[in-house]
Amino acid sequence: MTATILVADDSATMRMIVQATLTGAGWKVLAAGNGKDALTLAMEQAEPVDLVVSDWNMPVMGGLDLIRGLRQVERYEEVPVLVLTTEDDVESKTAARDLGVCGWLQKPVDPDLLIEMASELVGQPGEPSH
Amino acid sequence: MSGLDLSQFYETFFDEADELLAQMEQLLLELDAGQPDIEQLNAIFRAAHSIKGGAATFGCFTLLAETTHLLENLLDAIRRGEMALRTDMIDIFLETKDVLKSQLDAYRASEEPDAAAYERICEVLRQLALEQNGGQAAVAAAAPVAPSPAPVQAPAATAPAPAAAAAPMDANLPLRVRISRVSAKDAQSLLEEMGNLGQVLASDQLGGGLTVWLESTCSADDIEAVCCFIVDSDQISIGREAVPGEAHAVDDFAQAAAEFVAQAQAAPMSAPVAEAPVAAAAPAHEPAALAAAQSATTAEGGAPRAQRAAGGAPAADKESTSIRVGVEKVDQIINLVGELVITQAMLAQTASTLDPVLHDRLLNGMEQLERNARDLQEAVMSVRMMPMDYVFSRFPRLVRDLAGKMGKQIELQTYGRATELDKSLIERIIDPLTHLVRNSLDHGIETPEKRVAAGKDPVGQLVLSAQHSGGNIVIEVSDDGGGLNRERILKKAMQQGIAVSENSSDDEVWQLIFAPGFSTAEQITDISGRGVGMDVVRRNIQNMGGHVQLSSVPGNGTTTRIVLPLTLAILDGMSVRVGAETFILPLNHVTESLQPTNDQIYSVAGNERVMHVRGEYLPLVEMHRVFSVSGAQDDPTQAIAVIMQAEDKRFALLVDHLVGQHQVVVKNLESNYRKVPGVSAATILGDGSVALIIDVFAMARANREKWTPAEAVLN
Amino acid sequence: MAAKPQAQGARVEDMGREFLVFTLGEEEYGIDILKVQEIRGYDAATVTRIANVPPFIKGVTNLRGIIVPIVDLRIKFNLGKVEYNEQTVVIILNLDRRVVGIVVDGVSDVLMLGASQVRPAPEFGATLSTEYLTGLGTVDERMLILVDIEKLMTSDEMALMEKAAV
Repeated sequence: MTATILVADDSATMRMIVQATLTGAGWKVLAAGNGKDALTLAMEQAEPVDLVVSDWNMPVMGGLDLIRGLRQVERYEEVPVLVLTTEDDVESKTAARDLGVCGWLQKPVDPDLLIEMASELVGQPGEPSH
Repeated sequence: MSGLDLSQFYETFFDEADELLAQMEQLLLELDAGQPDIEQLNAIFRAAHSIKGGAATFGCFTLLAETTHLLENLLDAIRRGEMALRTDMIDIFLETKDVLKSQLDAYRASEEPDAAAYERICEVLRQLALEQNGGQAAVAAAAPVAPSPAPVQAPAATAPAPAAAAAPMDANLPLRVRISRVSAKDAQSLLEEMGNLGQVLASDQLGGGLTVWLESTCSADDIEAVCCFIVDSDQISIGREAVPGEAHAVDDFAQAAAEFVAQAQAAPMSAPVAEAPVAAAAPAHEPAALAAAQSATTAEGGAPRAQRAAGGAPAADKESTSIRVGVEKVDQIINLVGELVITQAMLAQTASTLDPVLHDRLLNGMEQLERNARDLQEAVMSVRMMPMDYVFSRFPRLVRDLAGKMGKQIELQTYGRATELDKSLIERIIDPLTHLVRNSLDHGIETPEKRVAAGKDPVGQLVLSAQHSGGNIVIEVSDDGGGLNRERILKKAMQQGIAVSENSSDDEVWQLIFAPGFSTAEQITDISGRGVGMDVVRRNIQNMGGHVQLSSVPGNGTTTRIVLPLTLAILDGMSVRVGAETFILPLNHVTESLQPTNDQIYSVAGNERVMHVRGEYLPLVEMHRVFSVSGAQDDPTQAIAVIMQAEDKRFALLVDHLVGQHQVVVKNLESNYRKVPGVSAATILGDGSVALIIDVFAMARANREKWTPAEAVLN
Repeated sequence: MAAKPQAQGARVEDMGREFLVFTLGEEEYGIDILKVQEIRGYDAATVTRIANVPPFIKGVTNLRGIIVPIVDLRIKFNLGKVEYNEQTVVIILNLDRRVVGIVVDGVSDVLMLGASQVRPAPEFGATLSTEYLTGLGTVDERMLILVDIEKLMTSDEMALMEKAAV
């Protein structure tokens, strides 16, 4: 069963691009415009999502709080998270690492790199997820 | 590569960036430099951040990405508290936003954005960043941080030049107004309007456009504003130019351009940096010099254009569930519902003749039908309603820029932003409102010095408000400026040959301002009156089925009040009979009706009569006289007086008898005919005949003069 | 549109235009058939009077939901007896999307006139000012006064439209 990836970014453009990239590679994608919506989506799913790809700066609830929120939910305590952002500061990166973020991708994102990293985390599309 | 074609996302990015820029502007305008709200700062930062992210991702919007990057860094520093926010910085950010918008527009049109503007704004932003680092405001060619494109040796002016800094064009030359893509009919109207603003020296219509040389004391902005009632600002270009044939225009032009270039090179600190490309293209290229001169002259007209372009788009709902529907579809639905209401009315009329006992089920069904129709109609009308905020949101920027330009301090307050108005009216109210706001800023509110001298707060107040009242929306533009000068207006009117009397009421005097051609070229700003184009404003509003009134207290300020019907299409009406004719009264203006008794009727001067109702003496307006209906009941005690209220004016309208109350579909008379005095529109009754809908406000005014000719009375 | 009448001296290669012919008083007029939307009988009961307008504007009427002004050309041009009977006809014109009705004495036919049948209009006389005339048409013994009906109806003297801004 192919993995499901949850994408959170307040920019509609970025969402579309990331979604297209991941879908194009064969995965199933859910998208949200801010952390809170992403969290809601994640909780509503019957099967937990396999990967979260999130922006850091978002209105209502940002990436940091999204991950914190996820970590409070039993089935998402260990879900891999990739952060896509233009942020480069040490503070954010430290906080992210402490929360178990697996990857920090600078925008503008190289689609191939994104696919590569996602594959490492959830296996190739079509493969059963880890 | 992943083979993903990113260009399919351009459109989304452009749209999103547009919205973000509009949000950014709105937030910047709301920012209090002294105590900035951290949430607002974060939101502004995120907007810039998003735009940068998107621009950088695509890889081909370099200038946009670079500019936004610089802006983003500054915003980040500010929101982290590493840099203090100053008011002039907000100005710079607003200007950056303008540059970003034009970069975006360029990319949308598959063009490269203006390199000079880019260089300039980046330099400015870098300066700011350097200040933060404690560096001196280093002038000139400091090595740019980001990849530096064009080798423009900017005689690096630092402060962003206000758009109005124009070329040293000979101000004795007449104004040359060039309007492109205009029909013969519009060209005619435009010529006439400009004739009202000054003296048309020459005009030229070729290539589908219109060029007018005008001698006028009006500013280019005023002229553009008036033209904008007929065409769009991007069709207008205004400069100063001698009438061809009178002088060697081209040589003058080239000479002026050459002087321009020389000045730019000689005085780098004072000259606006827009001249930089000229300096760089030094071998005074004819086209370059012309272009520079052009850009300087359009800079005059540029400010209003930028403001128009700046128009606030309402903040986007990021994850809204909405559907885009073409306006024609909605209109069609409204028409169909209108037809449904007519049909239902016809059926109701027929059904009313039936025996209620025999046909009770049918009659119940008819009642139900009427309820359904009413509900459907309400629901449909609400689809087209939009909040006034759509209009009001344009003004903070406009007010700020204009106030700055005029050296005035003005605070804008808006009330009733959520008040809704039909979409078609919302679009059409923008121009008249803009005009009124400009008038308040220009002619109404005084300079801080004058205000202080008059014992007022140096900061002028401009208030925009909208509220529902009865079946109408009332929009007011109010300032606490100098008010209208009655003496000057009377004098001007007499000069113009308009019939006035010293004893006219204030209201009547203010109405004079609406006379076509009233505010002409001799208008000087210190007249403390209204500026040009008020006749166009009034005509526009009347064409929307509304009306406009002025009220003013000398020294205290002026209020312009616009009243528009809320729902164009369907009206609750009371039908009345006068003679053999049926008229419709808008129900929301009807207070009550009664049969007068003799002791309630009093005669006043001349032919007028008043009716005494509960302690008030109301003017008695006899419909059969106003509309010259023969065979009507002229004895008031045998007729019915309908007490009507038009804003603050109450009066008694005399009719033969009441017929009924029903919803009527409002049909426009002007489509095939023209505006009829005293009549706001027409409708088709259940029996298929046409009935006229009374203009309540005209009736309220009708009682002051003789009845005929009706035009003099009712206008 | 009415069926084409038997050719009355019209030749196809003349590239003629079709005219609707109507009578006003003693004279026959021709107008471009393309401006004519329909022809109806005149029913005074269906016309709502409008106050304080020139007498030749009878009022407005409901034409399938559209409000249309009705002008009586016989009154406007002072053409003798103005009667309203079964022959009285209203020609509904569509002039660049403006719908207007004119009351005339009767409509006779639709004729095709070739260039050879049209002479320039005279400079003088005639009920209608020459500025609205496009020529004189001759068909058999009949003389038709050809009118630019759009120009006439949209002119200021017809008082059907708002005056242009001063």
